[in-house]
Amino acid sequence: MNVISLSVLDLSIAAALLLLLSLVSLRLSLGLEKRMLLGGVRMIVQLLLVGQVLHFLFADANPWWIACMSLVMLLVAAREVRARQQRQLRGVPGYWIGTASMFVSSFAVTFLALTVMVQVHPWYTPQYAIPFLGMVLGNTMTGVALATDRLTAKLYEQRGMVEQRLLLGQTWQEASGDIRRECMRTGMVPIINSMAAAGIVSLPGMMTGQILGGTPPVEAVKYQILIMFLIAAGTGFGVICSIWMTSRHLFDSRHRLCLDQLILRRGSA
Amino acid sequence: MKAQPSVSTCPDQASTPLLVVDALSFLENGPYSFSAGAGECVGLSGQSGVGKSQLLKAIVDVIPHAGEVYLGGVACAGIPAPEWRRQVALVPAESYWWYDTVEQHFPDAGHRFLSGGWLEQFGFPPDVISWQVSRLSTGERQRLALLRALVHEPRVLLLDEPTSGLDPVYTARFENIVSEYQGQGGIALVWVTHDREQLQRVATRAYLVGKKELLPSRDGGVKTS
Repeated sequence: MNVISLSVLDLSIAAALLLLLSLVSLRLSLGLEKRMLLGGVRMIVQLLLVGQVLHFLFADANPWWIACMSLVMLLVAAREVRARQQRQLRGVPGYWIGTASMFVSSFAVTFLALTVMVQVHPWYTPQYAIPFLGMVLGNTMTGVALATDRLTAKLYEQRGMVEQRLLLGQTWQEASGDIRRECMRTGMVPIINSMAAAGIVSLPGMMTGQILGGTPPVEAVKYQILIMFLIAAGTGFGVICSIWMTSRHLFDSRHRLCLDQLILRRGSA
Repeated sequence: MKAQPSVSTCPDQASTPLLVVDALSFLENGPYSFSAGAGECVGLSGQSGVGKSQLLKAIVDVIPHAGEVYLGGVACAGIPAPEWRRQVALVPAESYWWYDTVEQHFPDAGHRFLSGGWLEQFGFPPDVISWQVSRLSTGERQRLALLRALVHEPRVLLLDEPTSGLDPVYTARFENIVSEYQGQGGIALVWVTHDREQLQRVATRAYLVGKKELLPSRDGGVKTS
């Protein structure tokens, strides 16, 4: 069963909708038309490129190229995590903490799914590996970015309170415990909520895609369940890792809060 | 970076004062050296912004510094930082409270200091411990912050402008409670204040804090240890 192929004309009509919307935005002086058109163009170019890359990967299934692609995805996600921080960690740790925590959680979870649950041969078959990794990594990135941003902001805002707790002889773990727990919750709540809403409020994108592609709905649902669990686990463990490593980095061996490790992002107040 | 080669103990433990601050420097300040023996109260005064509060923070090792501080001959670097801060306690000028009730901030709400006369002297009913922090005034927080530090029974107590928000009656009671605590024996005090009269009342020795050094001041020394 093949999906109906879309022609250039079909896509152009859809694009015309965005053009229409940008005209309305101009009329209403929303000031969004430029970003809207730029975003549309970016999306077209990026997706066409990734389509070509996937076409190439699927044809060859060379593990080195797949590893390369995964690495690029990871590094872009790490850059995105850092870009979303109001107060970033100074220097190299600012990059590698995000990278490491997403690598540990997303890659481990995806590897487990490919080898144990899906059992595709070889396990790195790109038709499975790349979409799985993409979905897990994308969600982990959102969670890690949200939680880390909250952590650095909270430690900065509540430095007086944290220092007071240290003065009373608490360890850094005790003094930052409430803040760390709150940030972990912040990072995990979105995925928990989306599990609760799945199927009723929203039909998840992957399942919709599979159904369009002709997969029987029950099979598509099983894949969706699997991926939801993977995303929840990947996000959860990624958030825990990044919060632990970031807070560890913001206190020194003498249990001092080292806010000089944080820099305010350029361009933000 | 240490000002001196790191030694874990001072040479002669028996005759060394309880608290020894040895060439302590931080940022553009110092090196400062002074000592406070058991039963003594060292008063510190000086211009605003000269770094008095930072000096106290360096002594409790909550900011980076060079130089070393010794408690009973044992170097700060040789003791885990949380343990050091329980024995050398700092009551900062502004106290922070992060839980809902007063009680949650005390490690041991049944401590004898909380059942004795000190709460009463400070004008609190016995049930203050169950009060909401949000209903406390600045002065009430300042008084409770002292008791919160004391329940750890520190051997050295560092006070940073502790009575700045208190009226004369409670200032006198505050000084009295600190003196009663010190009367238990084996305790050294470092008291930072702008108030010259207070310095004369409480300090056995006083220094004027400068950017680079401590100058002996005539304000202390009225009280004898």
